[in-house]
Amino acid sequence: MSETLAVGAPEAPQRPPRPTGRPSKRLRLARLRDLALVPPIIALLIYGYTLKPDVFLTKSYLVDTVLKYQTELALVVLAEALVLIVGKFDLSLESVVGIAPAVAVFLVVGQTSMLGAPWPTWTVLPVALAFGALIGVFNGLLVVRFKLSAFIVTLAMLIALRGLQLAIVGGATISNLANRIPTIDNLGSLRILTVPLSIWIVVVAFAVGVVVLGYTRFGRSIYAVGGNADAARAAGIRVERVIWVTFIVAGALAALAGLMLSARLGSVAANQGNGMIFTVFAAAVIGGISLDGGKGSLVGALTGVVLLGLIQNVLTLAQVKPDQIQAVNGLVILVALVLARLTSGKAQD
Amino acid sequence: MVDDESKPVVEAVGVAKRFGPTVALADGTLTVLPGETHALVGRNGAGKSTLVGVLTGLLKPDAGQVRFAGRPAPPLGDRVAWRQQVACVYQKPSVVGELSVAENLFLDRQPRGRFGLLSRSRLRRAANDLLESWSVPVDADTPAKELTVEQRQLVEIAGALSHGARFVILDEPTAQLEARAIARLFDRLTGLQQQGVTFLFISHHLPEIYEICQRVTVFRDARHIVTAPVAELDHARLVEAMIGDAHGLVQVGKDRPPVPDEAEPALTLDAVGVPDLTEPIDLTIRQGEIVGVAGSAASGKRQLAEAVVGLRPRTGRVRVAGVTVRPASVPAALRAGIGYLPADRNADGFVPGLSVAENATMTVADRLGPAGVVLPKRRDAQGRRAIADLDVHAAGPHQPVGELSGGNAQKVVMARALARDPRVLVLVHPTVGVDVRSKESLLGVVDAETRAGRGALLVSDELDDLRVCDRVVVMVAGRVVAEHGRGWDEATLVAEIEGIGEKHV
Repeated sequence: MSETLAVGAPEAPQRPPRPTGRPSKRLRLARLRDLALVPPIIALLIYGYTLKPDVFLTKSYLVDTVLKYQTELALVVLAEALVLIVGKFDLSLESVVGIAPAVAVFLVVGQTSMLGAPWPTWTVLPVALAFGALIGVFNGLLVVRFKLSAFIVTLAMLIALRGLQLAIVGGATISNLANRIPTIDNLGSLRILTVPLSIWIVVVAFAVGVVVLGYTRFGRSIYAVGGNADAARAAGIRVERVIWVTFIVAGALAALAGLMLSARLGSVAANQGNGMIFTVFAAAVIGGISLDGGKGSLVGALTGVVLLGLIQNVLTLAQVKPDQIQAVNGLVILVALVLARLTSGKAQD
Repeated sequence: MVDDESKPVVEAVGVAKRFGPTVALADGTLTVLPGETHALVGRNGAGKSTLVGVLTGLLKPDAGQVRFAGRPAPPLGDRVAWRQQVACVYQKPSVVGELSVAENLFLDRQPRGRFGLLSRSRLRRAANDLLESWSVPVDADTPAKELTVEQRQLVEIAGALSHGARFVILDEPTAQLEARAIARLFDRLTGLQQQGVTFLFISHHLPEIYEICQRVTVFRDARHIVTAPVAELDHARLVEAMIGDAHGLVQVGKDRPPVPDEAEPALTLDAVGVPDLTEPIDLTIRQGEIVGVAGSAASGKRQLAEAVVGLRPRTGRVRVAGVTVRPASVPAALRAGIGYLPADRNADGFVPGLSVAENATMTVADRLGPAGVVLPKRRDAQGRRAIADLDVHAAGPHQPVGELSGGNAQKVVMARALARDPRVLVLVHPTVGVDVRSKESLLGVVDAETRAGRGALLVSDELDDLRVCDRVVVMVAGRVVAEHGRGWDEATLVAEIEGIGEKHV
């Protein structure tokens, strides 16, 4: 609550309006914040190398054993980062990761004649993206138009969509998709210049994201709305529209991530995406995205994903027992948060 | 005071404080005598807030000493001991809004009843006793969020006194108050002073200092400049001490040329009303004209301005240079040529985490590159231009506005209003909470910009702001009750604003 200010909290001391550093220096410092996670990443790479010196630092290992498994997470982190920067929450993204491919695949290969199914196989990608976007439209409607708390709205949406997915998939798993749907096959196994398509998708998505956030009117509006929505409104920014569009883009990105996950596994499981949102938030916050909105960068968020991916991989290499790996993983995330806090020198919020 | 009468209540000598490379305070020296009301003045960034931080034990000074009644200040961690010496009432509320006044007063030291559990009845009784003994007319059961600014300040003062402190720092207590509330506050302060309470009074409003303070200390550029009885430091010398040069302040707008009768209208309000708040109002602002709108907080003047710029629904018709503006849309108002400076810059004036350039160009993001692209080069160039044109003291276009002092942040908000080259400016409280020099410079900008043919609607109850205007209309309870040309009489205007002396119903 904004009115519950701490008793006796002082105003921030006003700094004299004296220039204290050259602009170029400030700029370099701001960029450095994006790279705060590079030292721990390097440390993990070195540690991984000592565990498995023959293969760890080879391209094929890093690409096929470390990064490939982080591509879906990376896209969802990108989606969540956008929503967080605009000052909102979207917990339902993890359910979209499951439901969007489930719906799209179901309409193609499901045992149903609903809506004229079976649909042609090429519809999988557009239907999944459209369904993800539709969830974004609905979230946006409740948050923007009805002014409900994004946290609760998307939490309810998470639960509802999870249930819907169970109903569609029926507790079983829709499997053997690669042979039945060419799009899924391509997403899962196509390589360009020896690198899996999914990694290219992530690279392109983040590149586009960085350009949009940094160099377009819409991207800068996202930061302005997250930083101070009232000021943005008074400056003529259509605050509601910016928030709404962000929810829609996030939903579509999560749907794409879900399709990529299904492609990698060749199936849609009933629990696909389940529990993913915690890792998503961890990666985003470790990467410097503020939960208060208006702060953070996509490059930072991406380093957060890479860091978490390396941690998981190194834990496996270090032969942590499978039944302990989750506990260790959680602890390591805590340590990573503390490290990120120390290296950036800024409070996380 | 029970203590030795001759010893100063608080004495700071050579206090210094740095934040990183920034020297916030180089020579903080202050002596406050028992029973006086001592003014502390200086421009934004002069070091006042830092000194207050040190005096209240929230900041650790790098050098220098603080003594209370001759004894060294308690160690930094001992909050209880600090509270017995000194308390500060800030501009921002430091009460918990959801709790009652009584609960706030006895936060973390609630009286206990049976079984060591908290006793509500005792709490209420203790709180009412406390409020009564300092004559604070507030019921202890009131939720703190329902208090007016005035009541909240009195409650905070009473709370401070109940910890044993007889020295209270008031940080711009009048900034959010209306004239009548200020008068009431001053009455109370005088009463408390007679009961032995000492005040350190911080304000940008120099007349107030002459009204209730006995001595004044001036800070400039992080240093103590002078301490003197107010009677020995007249207004001109006080301002000189604050801004550091002898030529003093210019009366902005004194030499404005009269607006020619044939000047085209820049902004026309035809029966514009804000539902439930104002009656339909007709007003025309001609090109090159500044029209002031004065009135109390309840007059609806601010809401009228917000309706004109599209932030609120309205009735009636608004035209800019003859063209009708679509209601309830800020983008439409912007495109029509209305530049807007909001009433409270911290609330909706700027985005603190974003840079000067970014804030200053927020209204022209569509002009910074093709097809929705924002070219950083163009943005930074415009940011630099704003910094130069408006004399913003910033490290550069990349510095976050949240790091700037109030006056400089306000200049950035002004740059944002001017960025689209508007035909008319709508300015609400443009100089609130800024120091004398920034005020002069902000009003100077309004003066200069309107000479180039823009019109301006200036909503304010500051006489200094209104003096720049070519015409002033007064609003009371949602309607225009009076209009004045240049050379209006202060007493008449104030009486009209307060709704006294004029028959207007």
